Amino acid sequence: MAKVLMKGNEAIALAAIKGGVDAFYGYPITPQNEVPEYLSKHLLDAGKVFLQAESEVSAINMVYGAAGAGKRVMTSSSSPGIALKQEGISYIAGAELPCLIVSVMRGGPGLGSIQPSQGDYYQATRGGGNGDYHLIVFAPESIQETIDVIKESFDIADYYRNPVMVLVDGLIGQMMESVDFDRPVKERFLPEKDWATTGTKNHPGRRNVANSLYLDPQALEQHNIHLNEKYKLIKKNETRFELINFDNPEYIIVAYGTMARIARSAIEMLKKEGIEVSMIRPISLFPYPEIAFDKIPENVKGILTCELSMGQMLDDVLIANNGRHKVGFFGRAGGMLPDPEEIVDAIKNFNERVVK
Amino acid sequence: MWETKYEKTQGLTDKKLSYCPGCAHGIIHKLVAETLVELGILDRSIAIASVGCSVFSYEFFNCDAQQAPHGRACALATGIKRVLPENIVFTYQGDGDLASIGIAETIHAANRGENITVIFINNAIYGMTGGQMAPTSLIGQKTTTSQDGRDQAHHGSPIKISEMFATIDGVAYLERVAAYDPKHVIKAKSAIKKAFQYQIANKGFTMVEVVSTCPVNWGMKPVDAMKWSKEAMEPVFPLGVFKDKGEK
Repeated sequence: MAKVLMKGNEAIALAAIKGGVDAFYGYPITPQNEVPEYLSKHLLDAGKVFLQAESEVSAINMVYGAAGAGKRVMTSSSSPGIALKQEGISYIAGAELPCLIVSVMRGGPGLGSIQPSQGDYYQATRGGGNGDYHLIVFAPESIQETIDVIKESFDIADYYRNPVMVLVDGLIGQMMESVDFDRPVKERFLPEKDWATTGTKNHPGRRNVANSLYLDPQALEQHNIHLNEKYKLIKKNETRFELINFDNPEYIIVAYGTMARIARSAIEMLKKEGIEVSMIRPISLFPYPEIAFDKIPENVKGILTCELSMGQMLDDVLIANNGRHKVGFFGRAGGMLPDPEEIVDAIKNFNERVVK
Repeated sequence: MWETKYEKTQGLTDKKLSYCPGCAHGIIHKLVAETLVELGILDRSIAIASVGCSVFSYEFFNCDAQQAPHGRACALATGIKRVLPENIVFTYQGDGDLASIGIAETIHAANRGENITVIFINNAIYGMTGGQMAPTSLIGQKTTTSQDGRDQAHHGSPIKISEMFATIDGVAYLERVAAYDPKHVIKAKSAIKKAFQYQIANKGFTMVEVVSTCPVNWGMKPVDAMKWSKEAMEPVFPLGVFKDKGEK
């Protein structure tokens, strides 16, 4: 397929179809509505399952059921909707079931706004659901990267039996770019889903149960240890980041998603002024690319964390930096997008931005 | 010569039931399990366990199962049935789970005419958590959160699920039964069987509400609890067929 011009949310939907999605369960919320709208037509036309649920709570539990039944299943939502899905997400993670959750962030807290934001970094990486669990979280910066990661996410979710969240913001959802849907996906060996609840006639002699309940504390601790081992493996295998302009920098910017795109422009502008600035662009937010910070030269003047929030990824930057360099913060929130000049200005006046 | 007159149904596992003496969960489990065997659908059935005393039903029904978050059983069942339409999917839920926190999931599954079967156990109280007031608790019923008795002005009236659901187009079969004597147990069995037969025939949403018991949290002996379910509960929750779209 040649390159096509497509809107982010529709590209998310088509990428999911290309990735082999069997079922979508969702509930309307701005700014992700084109995802279910597109799938309501094209997924049904493909003979697959699309269902608009009565609530986000119900939608994620439909995902839970279909994931347990061994199907490739997804939902998409935006900030307050993802908040409602956290209950089901915790159960899915606890029962070790694969699925894809697309989160198209808008401003918050509460009903907030419908404009782009990155205020749900905590929600994605720390979770609002209960218990010791992690999602695998990818935060692409373009529609092309979103397509590529969504196609791969189903394989990754199946491989680790873990929910994957693709975290974008309303800007990526609403803008249009020229994209290619047929870029190759990394081959992975995916074992048969012999754990799926498909009826015992499909696996005689064994009952399959999807469950997250372990009343015996020793058994639950063993389950927690097992999950933690899996998260360590995910950290080892799936950490993703991009290093940009990493030649002898004065400063380092750390930014993801839409903010990374704006920072790219700022870096070019600074270069023209003779100020070399590099960027660490985390692509996986869990696992967080702490190893990228080992590549920062000793003589940099500081690290500027840039986010469309009041500072959430900042926590992970401080952990990864581990006191080695000064860390500053620049953020816009509430749906406001900065001009690259604001980041240029923040670098030039870095000392005013220092947090720690 | 020995002849087997009765044996435990293959529809149940050998796991020891966790239910209290005098609670009807054990009886209803048996009826559901026998039905799955008799209809030849056990090996393609998927049970959805809910939250409450029956949370461990996934260990008792001898088929595949999923354990749902509180109230969400019908959402899981929908998710499964839509991707595995050839399988038999049923939920097993109490009144706290279905009539309180999960009423939205249940109503909308019914309204979509999801081709699933809901076994709804109504014992007018929260059993697992220790006897709190349920949406189905009777007026005047003393519970740990209505210690002077349920007061209509303060708490509202017991919610009548079967009466409500009878108004929903997607419901194919809906009956309220009881388990307080052998005659009614036999009747309950035939209602459960009919519900699963309708699911096999793709007729839509089916539900059997069972007026049940909770001797421990009602503070009664088992025999008295059976009597109370008949004398106090049945007048509020009258038995009968509320909806039947028919065999055709």
